[in-house]
Amino acid sequence: MFSDFINQFWPASIDGLAFGSIYALIALGYTMVYGVLRLINFAHSEVFMIGTFGAMFVPFTLGIDSTLTGIALVGVILAMIVAGMLASAGTAIALEQVAYKPLRKRGASRLAALISAIGASIFLQELFALVVIPGVFDRPERGRIQMGLPRLMERSELFSIAGHPVRVDQVVVIVAAIGMMIALDALVNRTKIGRGIRATAQNPEAATLMGVDINNIVRMTFLIGGAMAGVAGALYLISYENTNYYIGFLFGIKAFTAAVLGGIGNLRGALVGGVVLGLVENYGAILVGSDWKHVISFTILILVLMFRPTGILGESLQQARA
Amino acid sequence: MGDLTGPNSGIVIPPKNGAKLVFDEYNKTNPATKIELVEYDSQGDGSKAVGLAQQAIKNDKVAAMIGPAFSGESAQVGPVLEEAQLPSITASATNTKLAQNGWKYWHRILPNDSVQGPGIADFIAGAAASKNAFVIDDKSDYGKPLADAVKGQLETKGVKVTTDSLDPQESDFSSVVNKVAATKPDSIFFGGYYAAAGNLLKQLRDKGVKDAKFFSADGSLDKGLIDGAGAPNAEGALVGCPCYIATADVTDEKVKKFADAYKAAYSADPAIYAAEGYDAASVIVEAVKAGNTTPEKINEFIKTVDLAGVSKQVKFGANGEVEAKDIYMYQVKNGAITLLGKASEAKLG
Repeated sequence: MFSDFINQFWPASIDGLAFGSIYALIALGYTMVYGVLRLINFAHSEVFMIGTFGAMFVPFTLGIDSTLTGIALVGVILAMIVAGMLASAGTAIALEQVAYKPLRKRGASRLAALISAIGASIFLQELFALVVIPGVFDRPERGRIQMGLPRLMERSELFSIAGHPVRVDQVVVIVAAIGMMIALDALVNRTKIGRGIRATAQNPEAATLMGVDINNIVRMTFLIGGAMAGVAGALYLISYENTNYYIGFLFGIKAFTAAVLGGIGNLRGALVGGVVLGLVENYGAILVGSDWKHVISFTILILVLMFRPTGILGESLQQARA
Repeated sequence: MGDLTGPNSGIVIPPKNGAKLVFDEYNKTNPATKIELVEYDSQGDGSKAVGLAQQAIKNDKVAAMIGPAFSGESAQVGPVLEEAQLPSITASATNTKLAQNGWKYWHRILPNDSVQGPGIADFIAGAAASKNAFVIDDKSDYGKPLADAVKGQLETKGVKVTTDSLDPQESDFSSVVNKVAATKPDSIFFGGYYAAAGNLLKQLRDKGVKDAKFFSADGSLDKGLIDGAGAPNAEGALVGCPCYIATADVTDEKVKKFADAYKAAYSADPAIYAAEGYDAASVIVEAVKAGNTTPEKINEFIKTVDLAGVSKQVKFGANGEVEAKDIYMYQVKNGAITLLGKASEAKLG
């Protein structure tokens, strides 16, 4: 068992890091919305799903069916990330306007918003299965069947760690995810919008008195969280080359877990939670078998919460230093 | 009866088309008793199937049923048909337990999963000469028993077997793939459906597991396997099935006639279970031709039938199982699924 662990340690770490980065990017959306509104946006999983299809739209429209190199490859990947961000951010804002804002205005309970989120989630899944995938992607009667992406880049080995190859697509995912998180951290900690978000998270009434437009801040929060899920969708699509209308379900649960694990409401916590979850899943699978993968990750979650109820990093968005 | 519009309709429409072909041909001869084909779309959902079965019995007063297509819905519909004394022949439900209910009106025109698993395992150990196999299942009612059957048979043949499971809802199988890469097997068997099989195969090949032969069973016998893995990765993959699919290069005259008629009617080559659906319908037509028009008489006829069908010699045992037990092997060649032959006889090129 332990010799297995040593043999598979490096490939499992690389895969865990790449997958954990995707979890982390999605977890950011949960954690930001929670920080500002004290609301778990359960429709966020569908924001991710729509991001994968937004990214899929680029190679689909361009009719790409062979591998690319050089500038063309970089251009297509960037376009996919931007398309994923646009699709997801647009969805997130629409969700906020349609499913949450009317409830918030009337002072409905958080439970009502939760039900509204679940309803929106089912609506978006079926919308894609019945209308968007058959219509936009020209797959009549195949809306519920997984849609594949043609291979965009040769999966060549970039370098190796302890004799285990690291592929170029894995590096792209990890680097892009880290880049996005640095950018987000700067946005929240150094810009005016970021200050508004932190102020609203800390005390909405005081923030209003100080001239912060709460509705605008909430919109921005959904927009930024959505855009991160869009990046996650594009990166997922590039490395796994397939998607379907219910892809968000499992990712949503895992990313939510990552957000809680790291400390919900805490941006850096989402990052830590995502990577820890990705690694633990893969290490656990080696030691106990892949059947136990989910059991292990949730056991770890419960253990962490027993000893640190606020998550690994704990500190939440509203307490972050200005 | 079966899933005619849902996500798995791809393996139910071909047998329905095959059956329709038989009835259309028969009705064209202007017989004294015409046969009407009524379609029931259960979408593979057992509770829907039960409602439809009751409708078929009480309102439509059907004389016999082809289906239900899947094992799950068959288990639920079976007692209803039994009580109504309505004979049925399924052309695709392969769960072994269905035959163990003592149903007198239930029949299955293809071998079940306990025949399929060992059949494929014999091929892996025999024609493919594997010494070190890796068996993966998808934890489903279909994949797990099948993978266990393959594992058991491989071990009796002296093949070293390592196992693992995956969750088909997930898209990242890296923990399984890393384990396979570390084990360095010469063959891999996956018990599960084509969507997961395609992704798994792609990730295996991407991880550098290039030489191990990839095997799967009837749930993966769909071009979705090739779409999911990508044609270069899927090349050479082997799929076993208790079904017989007439491919373009068949020589048998009866099969060729069926394939041509199918192609003329639906402008597509016969796909999975089309031949089985055709044979099931042929049995019912023969029954009617012999003057049996009530459910009871048709059931009596099915019990004694001995018909040279397209897929096999059709003859049912007392438990409703067909007597022919052949498993066929298929291989992906040049991006298409081609027939290799019976698992007991086929050779790898």
